[in-house]
Formats: sequence, C-alpha cells, structure tokens
Amino acid sequence: MTTRESTQELVGRGNREGAALFRDWFAELDEAGRNGGQSAYVFVMGSINEVLKTFDLPVVFPEINSLQTAVRRVAHEYLETAEDHGYSPDICGYVKADIGMQLRGGQHPMGQMPTPSMSVLTNACNTYIKWAEIWERMYDTPTFTIDIPGTRQAGGQTWRGDADFEADRRYVEVQLSELITLCEEVTGKNFDIDKFRQVLGYANTMSRSWKRILDLNRSKPSLFNALTDGTIFLGVANGFRGTEAGARYFERLVEEMEYRAAHGIGQAIEEQYRLLFVGVPCYPIFRRFNELFTDWGGSFVNSTYLWFASGGTNSGFEYDLTDPLASLAEGVLINVRGAMDAMFHQNDVLEHMAKDFDVDGVIYHPIKSCRTVSTGLADGRRHLTEELGIPSLFIESDMMDRRVVSEAQMKNRIDAFFEGLASRRRQLADA
Amino acid sequence: MIAVAYAAGVDVGSTQTKAVVINEDRRIVGRSLIDTGANVVKAAESSYIAALKQANVDEEEVEYVVGTGYGRYRVTFGNSQVTEISCHGRGAVHLFPNTKSVVDMGGQDTKAIAVNAEGEITDFCMNDKCAAGTGRFLGAAAAALDIPIDDLGPVSLKSTRPIKISTTCTVFAESEVLAWIGKGKKIEDILWGVHKSIAARSVALMRRVGINEEITFTGGVSRNEGMVKALEERIGKPLNISDECHYVGALGAALFALDHVMTGRAPVARTAEVTS
Repeated sequence: MTTRESTQELVGRGNREGAALFRDWFAELDEAGRNGGQSAYVFVMGSINEVLKTFDLPVVFPEINSLQTAVRRVAHEYLETAEDHGYSPDICGYVKADIGMQLRGGQHPMGQMPTPSMSVLTNACNTYIKWAEIWERMYDTPTFTIDIPGTRQAGGQTWRGDADFEADRRYVEVQLSELITLCEEVTGKNFDIDKFRQVLGYANTMSRSWKRILDLNRSKPSLFNALTDGTIFLGVANGFRGTEAGARYFERLVEEMEYRAAHGIGQAIEEQYRLLFVGVPCYPIFRRFNELFTDWGGSFVNSTYLWFASGGTNSGFEYDLTDPLASLAEGVLINVRGAMDAMFHQNDVLEHMAKDFDVDGVIYHPIKSCRTVSTGLADGRRHLTEELGIPSLFIESDMMDRRVVSEAQMKNRIDAFFEGLASRRRQLADA
Repeated sequence: MIAVAYAAGVDVGSTQTKAVVINEDRRIVGRSLIDTGANVVKAAESSYIAALKQANVDEEEVEYVVGTGYGRYRVTFGNSQVTEISCHGRGAVHLFPNTKSVVDMGGQDTKAIAVNAEGEITDFCMNDKCAAGTGRFLGAAAAALDIPIDDLGPVSLKSTRPIKISTTCTVFAESEVLAWIGKGKKIEDILWGVHKSIAARSVALMRRVGINEEITFTGGVSRNEGMVKALEERIGKPLNISDECHYVGALGAALFALDHVMTGRAPVARTAEVTS
C-alpha cells in the first residue's frame, strides 16, 4: 500500500468505525427494547462491564443516552417532560433527560431503549445513587451499588502492598462477588470463569490502547481533538469495554494514531494553541462550542473528561488473568478512584500535563447540572493561573440544558481569552 | 500641510453605543454616545458619524476602525473586531497608566479585568447569565422608584440608615424595592442599599481575578457617584474615575485601531464575517 493509500485508509478511521460501532450498539439496544430483552443500566464511572459482558447483558449508559439527546438537539423535550412531572430545573440534566425518556416509554432518538433488568452503580457520583432509586421505584429494578473507597486526601493514594490498599481491594472484591451472584439470578446463567478471563483480556487491550492513544497526543501537531474526536473514542471505551469489537477497535485506533504521529498528520486545523479541557463538554452546542476555539487555531490536546468519563481506564491498568476477580477488584479500585481524583484532586495532574503536553492554556467548563464536578474548579483555576502562571479560562454553562447556554456570552469570553494569549505571544516574539 | 492619521473605535453595547475618534497623538478628538435600540447596525453608524462630526474629520481620513462590544460584528464599516474585555483593559491603562485592575460596569454585564503595564489582559471574570450586579439592576430600581437614572447616585448619597437588599435577582429587586417602600423606608436608604448590593457582587467578581492598585472604574455606571462610593467602601481603596470612563471601551478599540495605523500590524483579533 502506498503512503497515500495508507493515509486515506487510516486517517479518520477511528471516527468512522466508532460511529459504526455506536450504531451497532444502539441497534442491539433497540432490539432488546422492542422485544422485551434484558439490559443492565450502568454508569461511566465504574460500569463493571467486565462482569456484565461475561453474562452477555446489553448495557445501557443513561449518561450517554442523555448526552445523545443534547447532541441531537432534542434534550429540551426530554427535560421538559421530566420537569412537567415535577423534577426541578436545578436537578442534573442527565437524570432528567433519562427520566423524560422513561416517561415517554423508552423512546430515544437512537431507538427504543429497554427497561433495566438491573442497575449497577458506584459511589463515584452521589447522583448515581438517587438516580438508580428512581428506576427501583419505576420498575422494581434490582440495584447494585458498589462502594469504592476513594482517595482519603490529596496525594494520599495507597497501592498494592499497602495494608490500607489491600483492605480496600478485598472490600471491593467481596462486593464484586455479590454482583456476580445477582447477575446469575437476573440472567439465569451460571458464571463462566473462562469467559470472564476472555472479557478481562479484551478490557486489558482497550485500557493499554487507551493510555497509548492519550499519550500519543503529545505529538505536535496533536493527532486528535480531545473534545470532539475524544468523545467518540470514549463512547466505544464505555459501551464496548470487555468485548472483542472494543479491543479490535482500540488496536486499530492505536495503529491510526501511531501512523499519524509518524507522518505528522494532525487535526484538520492549523494548530496554534494547545489547550487542556477540564469538565464536561457543552453538548447542546457541541460542534459550535469546539469551533469557538478552533476558529482561533485552538485545539484540545487532552481533557479530564476523557479520564473520569472512561471510568479511569486511562490509567492503563491491566488485569492479572491468573487471579481474575481479585485483579478486577484492584483495577476497579484504582480506576474509579482515579476517576474521582480526576474531578477532585486534579491540580497536580493538570500541572504535569500542562508541561508534558506543552499547553498554552486550560479551559475550565463548570456546568449547572453537576455541582459535584464543578465545585472545586474555581480553586483549581486559581492554583494554575495565580501560582503557576498558566493562562486559563472559566466559562460556565451546561452539558444538557440549552436554556443556560449563551453562545454570545461564551464567544465573548473565548475571544478575549485568545486575544490575551495572542497578545502575550506577540510580546514574547517582540522581546 | 501634513496629513494627520486618525483611527476610531465603536463600542456597541447592549444599552448604549459609543464611538471615539483619536489622532496619532492618541488624543480623543471626537466622541459620541447614543442609545443602541433595536437597530444595532444603524446605532453603530449613527454613533460613528456623530463622533466624526464632533472631531471635524471626514470618514476618508480615518484609516482604521475597530468594532467592540456585543454588537462588534454588526459594525459593518469596521476593519476588525476586538472584545470589549481587551478594549476596556487597553483604554483604562491609557487613561491611568498605573492601572492593575479594571472594573467595567455596563448595562448587562460587569467585568473584572486584570491588566499588565501594556494594557494587556492577564485575567478576567464576568457575571454569568444574570444581570445582578450590573446597570440593569440599577435600572430596575429606578423604574420601581420612578426616578431618573442620573439621579440614582446623588439621591443614594443622602442615605442615613441604609437598608439591606437581599435579593440577587434583578427582576425580584423591583418587588423588593416596592416592599421596602411599603414599609415606609426612605428612598435614599433603599437606593443606597441597592448600590451596596451591586457593589458586593461586583467586588466578589473582582476578587476572583485579584484586586490590585491602581483600580480603574469604567463603563456607563462609573458616572454614578453613589456606585463609586459604594465600590470604594467595599474595596477599601480609591478608584480611578475619568470623564472619559463611559468611552473606555471605544477608546481602547480606537487605540487598537491606531496601532494598526502606526505599525501596520493588525490587532490581535479575529476579523470575522460582519453581518448587516
């Protein structure tokens, strides 16, 4: 194959194949929804897909369903349905869009969603717990909450061999054993340890690849946009975790990114400013939001969203297949803890990442829907800008509710931010 | 006869549109201020023409025009656009060269801006999605009390027993003001409470980017002496005020325009598609 043919074949393949997988996934859910099939409702920060896929359970990520309604510009219809039912405008938009969908009989822009046969959640988000309780009330759904011990204090992570870590790992392992029992009851299938190992093997490939892909974006120019392209990769990382299709996708994505890095093939824009994104994307104007930055030559080279919304699998942690359940417990502990740290103890990581990725600025995007992820961002920004001198921008909107998204206000702030960056760069060049 | 270079800035704000013409000595030779109204394009044109007239300068003599403010992309005759955040920083440092912090209070937003010695923005913060702490809040109070906006400041300064306005919502402010009237409170005491409420929210914004002397107060509300006093009391430091403070955005835009005239370099701004 010539270089030109390779370029045509490889560049953009991850986006094309990711979109195709997404359609396959929702086709599977649509079929389950139409035929009364089973499904497990799970969340991005600790889906435990490795166990669920061992039982061949289709997985529904309500967070992904909800953001899809925003990207497709119909979120307001679902939000209004939930608000008409009595949910406050102040409640998380993800929750309300999902409840709106449930109240509409599972009708979603991408198909008919199945009702939950069970739900699995972690304590990584306090809203997860109340959210799952709604399905309990609606459908009498068995709910399984996994309590993941988080980092006790910033910089205080323990690791394998530490007494605290081993106690935490055993605590998680016991809960995973109970989850397996519940899955057996719900599906009527026996737990298959060999299949479990196979699923973990696929998950290992995905985690290893995901870390590699994120690391490769240190390239100049950067290879993919962490906000837009990254969200496609993230969808596959979640929906297909522990599957052969997911593993193959990520292996091929690594191949694409390594090819692009070797040939200096960056994004479609001429990269002038390298940016880090902190928070959750602005899905109601997803493409436009990104354009407000790319119009200035700004590209997102990394994002905390790709860490916590992948359940912390950016750590690259790989399971030991000789001791699968204990190793899954260790991985879940490390990854979900990492996802929580990406929201609450992010300063040191951002500082290192700003240097590693040679970024020009950090964009903080707190959202009305989620006080959990947004509360600490002001302190983080102050740390970066005042103590480290890294330029940053703080723009507030929402990931679901277009009523609190003001494009004109955003553009004003973003333009002013870039004017400052450009002016400083010009000054340095003149000096 | 030696030709003089002129540059202009037009600041199309939510409430008022300001235009400034400067000469190559960076001196203001013409200025104008009109209500923006519904026709933003016309407001920009009218304001610019009025400033040219006051300057006794023909349009052809102006070599570069920068549009700023929310309506900057509607300045159809502008050569480029710069945000009012950058323009207020630049204009404030031009008027008061030791400025480190700028607070700009306009019709629908309040900005806190940190600047360096060159007038470049090092950080900024604005009110989000809410007009509390802006000129609109004062407008609502003026409407409720049925007194002219220009009288708000002088009347408020007569206060002897200020009341505390608890709401942060501009819409609810009107009903709270009416409630205080119903309780027999004096208008000056209510108004001083309104000023203090706005000052508290504005200073909170300023603290986010740091308050460093000298501090320059810009924007239309800076003409309100009650607001100046309320801010100074809250910050505990004096503010720079100029007769030109209402025009600082337009002045900054004109200075960016003059940079281009004098150096040939375009402002660090995007020249986006302008719509009429």
